[in-house]
Amino acid sequence: MSVEHFWQYAYIVAAVLIILSIKWLNSPATARRGVQAGQIGMLFAVIGTLLRHEVMSYQWILIAFVIGSAVGAPLAYLMPMTAVPQLTALSHAFGAVAAALVGTAEYYRHYPTGFQMAALVIETLLGYLTFTASIAAFAKLQELIPTRPLTYKGQNIVNLGLFAVAVLLGVWTVVGGAPGWAFPAFVVLSLLFGVLLIIPIGGGDMPTVIALLNSYAGMAAAAMGFALNNRLLIIAGALNAASGFILSVVMCKAMNRSFTNVLFGAFGQVTESTAATTTAKPVRTATAEDAASILATSRKVVIVPGYGMAVAQAQHKVRELTDMLVKRGVDVQFAIHPVAGRMPGHMNVLLAEADISYDRLHEMEDINPEFTETDVALVIGANDVVNPAARHDTASPIYGMPILDVDKAQTVMVIKRSMNPGFAGIDNELYYNDRTLMLFGDAKGFVSEIVKEMPKAA
Amino acid sequence: MSTEIELSIYVFLLAAFLGLELVHKVSPLLHTPLMSLTNAISAISVVGAILVTGAGESPQFSKILGAIAVVASTINIVSGFLITDRMLKMFRKKEPK
Repeated sequence: MSVEHFWQYAYIVAAVLIILSIKWLNSPATARRGVQAGQIGMLFAVIGTLLRHEVMSYQWILIAFVIGSAVGAPLAYLMPMTAVPQLTALSHAFGAVAAALVGTAEYYRHYPTGFQMAALVIETLLGYLTFTASIAAFAKLQELIPTRPLTYKGQNIVNLGLFAVAVLLGVWTVVGGAPGWAFPAFVVLSLLFGVLLIIPIGGGDMPTVIALLNSYAGMAAAAMGFALNNRLLIIAGALNAASGFILSVVMCKAMNRSFTNVLFGAFGQVTESTAATTTAKPVRTATAEDAASILATSRKVVIVPGYGMAVAQAQHKVRELTDMLVKRGVDVQFAIHPVAGRMPGHMNVLLAEADISYDRLHEMEDINPEFTETDVALVIGANDVVNPAARHDTASPIYGMPILDVDKAQTVMVIKRSMNPGFAGIDNELYYNDRTLMLFGDAKGFVSEIVKEMPKAA
Repeated sequence: MSTEIELSIYVFLLAAFLGLELVHKVSPLLHTPLMSLTNAISAISVVGAILVTGAGESPQFSKILGAIAVVASTINIVSGFLITDRMLKMFRKKEPK
């Protein structure tokens, strides 16, 4: 094994480690080993590449490494856990723009032809559109731009038309004979399409979209592998593409929607008709004191967290409440809907951050049969995922979506700021149920009050 | 179609199916860390970025784009792996004190 061919062996080792890293991620027990495997794999890939004889100057590369690490490390350590969806979107943007820029650089370096050019065009298209789409998703998640869907008449036609033109320019570039402006125009359209893709998508659909962008970033990397004839890139990119794809399918199923519906459906339009239907139906409310005494005397409590818990940063207070109840001998469990929050698994991360043991966190299918024997279902900042209309009201926009059957519990408590309908703007009949108690207030504030009242409860 | 391309397509297909199999086994509990880990892995495009930036015969324009790509993918790698580990450290099985 000579130094000259070291990179080939390094790439093989890297590929194996990257595959193992995803394999080990399947359980919390081995997951951290998975991250280590991924890191070492990446190190092999980078060192192997640096030692290739094609790489002649190191100056710029090293400077770039330093800048990248100086930005990346604080980003990972300083971001609060509630900002993980934004951070992930931002990370996708960086990865995607890297792929796109390499594609562009390769294009101007030696104007490849045939299959390589086709791969390069796909790499560039996916890279640029994922870049701007991820930036737009970041802006929505960070609430720099309105999170509700922005729609206008003929939007889908404009978007698809624009995409078609971009693809045509791409094909022209591959076939050959395209003028000099074709490639830059193709780049601009790809960038523009990314933004237009995200504008009509509402915050509630973000889990699917983030998963989809994750998949695109992987596909861009794999396309780069084809363009550069580099199989390590193909393997890593394909793994990532497959992972993002599965997650977005899981998210779509959890909302009973199709890909096309998420991307072109513009959820916002449906809601205008249904939002105003229920105005003055009576609801039962309760104080923190009532809530504390009911919780203290129950045997089994299931907590249903949603995005509202994340926004209010209430997870630590929820942990305190859990500890108190457990000490009193109450069985406390958590029910996690797949699309609760703004990205797949969002709630699990927040509850883990608050130090809640992960064996208390249950998936929808596992916990649903248990609601009939649950004394209190405590809904904190979740809305559509507990709306019984999804089961029976064929006119409801969320009809058919699998939900958490909290209405089957003896008592349902819902912590909510006000009666304003949730993100999708759909009224929730759960709130008017006889067995439902509405606890109006900020999630964090109200849970703290319950915690305060708890010692006084009999 | 050259054998090289044919081989690459086989590699892609096998890796994609392997990915589908592996990811299916990941518990929904860990979907967020999964996403940030695969995100860090997709920054493997750093390989392409290094090759473009370091190549002797690259025009200046390509080198500049390449260097920016190295910066972007390094940010992606570093933040992706670190945040994944930070998240996973929090997943513990324990009883309240």
